[in-house]
Amino acid sequence: MGERVPLRSSLRWRPLLAAPPLVFLTLFFLWPVLAILERGLRPAGRVDLGVVVDVLTDPTVARVAWFTLWESALSTIACIVIGLPGAALFARVAFRGRRTLWSLLLVPFVMPTVVVATAFIVLIGPSGVTGVSLTGTIWAILIAHVFFNYAVVVRTVGAAWMTLDDRTVEAARTLGASPVRAFLSVTLPQLRAAIAAAASVVFLFSFTSFGVVLLLGGVRQRTLEVEIYDQTARFLHLDVAAVLAILQLIGVVLVLVLLGRLRSGHGRSGTAVVGADLRAGREQLRPPASLGARLFLLINLAVMGAVLAAPLVVLVIRSLSTAQGWGFAAYRALGSARRGSTAFIDPTDALGNSLRFATVTMILAVLLGACGAWAIAGRGTPRGRSNGGRGPRFGGAAELALMVPLGASAVTVGFGCLIALDRPPLDLRTSWWMLPIAHTVIALPFVISVLVPGIRSVDGRLLDAAASLGASRLGVWWRVELPLVRRSLLVAAGFAFAISLGEFGATAFLVRADDPTLPIAIGRALGRPGGDSFSQALALSVILLVVTAVVVLAVDRLRPIRGAEF
Amino acid sequence: MRGGVLQLEAVGVLHLGAERAAVDSVSMEVAAGEILSILGASGSGKTTLLRAVAGLEPTATGSIRLDGADLAGVPPQRRGVALMFQDLALFPHLDVAGNVGFGLRGRGLDRAGRDQRVQDLLERVRLVGFEHRSVTTLSGGQRQRVALARALATEPSVLLLDEPLSALDRSLRAELLTELRELFRASDLTVVHVTHDQGEAFALADRVVIMDHGSVVAEGTPEQLWSDPGTEFVARFLGHRTILDADRIAHLVDIGAVGGRVLVPEPAVTVEVPDDPADANAVVESATFVAGRCEVRCRLLSGGAELTATLPTAPPSGTPVRIALDRTALRTLRT
Repeated sequence: MGERVPLRSSLRWRPLLAAPPLVFLTLFFLWPVLAILERGLRPAGRVDLGVVVDVLTDPTVARVAWFTLWESALSTIACIVIGLPGAALFARVAFRGRRTLWSLLLVPFVMPTVVVATAFIVLIGPSGVTGVSLTGTIWAILIAHVFFNYAVVVRTVGAAWMTLDDRTVEAARTLGASPVRAFLSVTLPQLRAAIAAAASVVFLFSFTSFGVVLLLGGVRQRTLEVEIYDQTARFLHLDVAAVLAILQLIGVVLVLVLLGRLRSGHGRSGTAVVGADLRAGREQLRPPASLGARLFLLINLAVMGAVLAAPLVVLVIRSLSTAQGWGFAAYRALGSARRGSTAFIDPTDALGNSLRFATVTMILAVLLGACGAWAIAGRGTPRGRSNGGRGPRFGGAAELALMVPLGASAVTVGFGCLIALDRPPLDLRTSWWMLPIAHTVIALPFVISVLVPGIRSVDGRLLDAAASLGASRLGVWWRVELPLVRRSLLVAAGFAFAISLGEFGATAFLVRADDPTLPIAIGRALGRPGGDSFSQALALSVILLVVTAVVVLAVDRLRPIRGAEF
Repeated sequence: MRGGVLQLEAVGVLHLGAERAAVDSVSMEVAAGEILSILGASGSGKTTLLRAVAGLEPTATGSIRLDGADLAGVPPQRRGVALMFQDLALFPHLDVAGNVGFGLRGRGLDRAGRDQRVQDLLERVRLVGFEHRSVTTLSGGQRQRVALARALATEPSVLLLDEPLSALDRSLRAELLTELRELFRASDLTVVHVTHDQGEAFALADRVVIMDHGSVVAEGTPEQLWSDPGTEFVARFLGHRTILDADRIAHLVDIGAVGGRVLVPEPAVTVEVPDDPADANAVVESATFVAGRCEVRCRLLSGGAELTATLPTAPPSGTPVRIALDRTALRTLRT
């Protein structure tokens, strides 16, 4: 019998697992970002800050930058204020449909921006059903951002709240604290890290928000993201766009560093929103017995109904209403819309393209993400030691490197790929592969942030047990670890699929005329005048809505495998 | 510190959706400075009762009075009642001093005054020097002391303890039990203590109340309850082992016309090895060595009833023995 190889030797090849995703991100994220820097700072092959100075002294740019900043800050505050009661609701109140609603929250979060924009145009557009026209104002953007990010706050903070021991609040009460003081001095400090994590994600998403601002903001409300797109696609000022992109990157990095300090000690990344599980101990959940508790439940449900459900419901209803009453006329018209016009996109082609891109993105992102996640979370050290089973320092650095694209905007990815990957050896501009690759860059951080906690939650003793029963290292992974991580893998795959399906920012830069995607088709239809185009946009939006919702709900309802918790 | 008088009258607590009341018409009075233990199995309603006294659980019926004043509608923070939780509920985001001093805010003390109080309390629970340690780095016993100091800081007139020692190992428990008792005696504090461990209750309490299914089923000093538990349930709950039908030992001792179930406390049983095996009326079944003495289980030759006695040394299994019972120590039990 050979000498027994200690399990720790697996450490030696573990960093190699990080190589595929790191190489991928170097080629398709770092290289494009460097190309942006080059284009902005050395436009003609040598350092020339002329464009930089021009851009920085342009009052329009200052206005756009300032708007981007305060719009994001306001969105963040609004999301936290509206989301905190929701987090409390899920963490503390037992009510029928709690689990379903928790899953449903993810639907708005991954809803394609063009769908949301269409929905809000129906709801609060110039001829919207509410009669209040808010498009072109900051309010439309704020409401849309709350729509997208409500789940970030509720699920991130709610999951943290569920693990709080209610008795700490009761202890504070018996020690003389009023309910308000108990909340401020006991509950809130314990939630601080989770709130900071949620806030940082909401801020980043709002800071780099593209589709919503482009389609709802009108001409007055413009963020850096929209400005970069306009400078590129409309004015062909690539130098200016590059400088703006650099400006935005600096902003993103500053925000990440600043908020990283606030949430120090809080290991989870903000995208924990996706993997967040309902796990409150039952004794912490109380049925809403008092009048106040019932009112609290009702108000929260009303907020969710108004902000999250109403736009989507109205969108569906509106798509079914025609001049001749209720019917599927708008959907039937999709197949027979006027061909030949340059702007025309065959909807069935677009849907087919979107599904193909989404499938390839899903496979790429899960394969690369799994490599990265196991490199970060792989068991170098036994679980439950002082470092919390996180493995050695290597995991931290790899995690940081792989999570970076989260902070970068879709427009940066799209713009960067546009200017970097158009010449040999990497000439992908005209390749079919360009879009799935860009989508994978965007989906990868989400995939990793779902997989890492999943892998870490596997009880190391189960793997030790399998090894002691004679399983080889590969056998342990295949027969024990992989089945236990299966749910996380499926969730990650679902989200990668949904992200690709709805991706708009990068796609707007990179899409080829031959194979447009569904969001692009919707964006075009929205941009064309006429009632026919609009009902076409509605019908397409509903199709995209349904596909996205089905994918997201299917994966979120997968129950964790009980054994994983031992 | 002066303990308060706590009076419960027909207190009932309902849990939403539960079939039976969690606490069903419980009345009791705790005198100033008294230490009362409420003893019961899990689910007996003892913790719920404690939470009701602290104001954390609404009562459906009855009244709770502290020094004569009705506590109905008084929020937890104004009751002057401190609760020490089973799993302690220390604030993980505060250090030791922050935990102990939590209840001192808003009590008319300036910063220096608060620091001084915290110092005094840490001295009392022997944790001086731990002020700035994180509570998550403390040992079980140290965490216990922080929780105790935190509860004492507000100078409550009644201190409620919910299974205070259940998380600790045996030897630490015994040590802390002695400490707690001395501390409470010295401070004249009124204490209501809830536990499922009769040893803990007997070691700490002046008086013990036994609860089952939300109701009080027995009450008395530890000595009273042990020597005369009243019902078979209480007798078994307290750890008595020999409870049998009266007629099965009728040939050993004249128990009169009582009949029914009889408790045979261990001291009531004397066991000797007779010179002549023919004089034996029982045989040794098994012996267990417990804390310096032997618990010997004997089976009567006539009728086959089993009795437990305590002896300094155990005869080997199968030894014929002669058993005698002290009639005055036997207790008849109600069902």
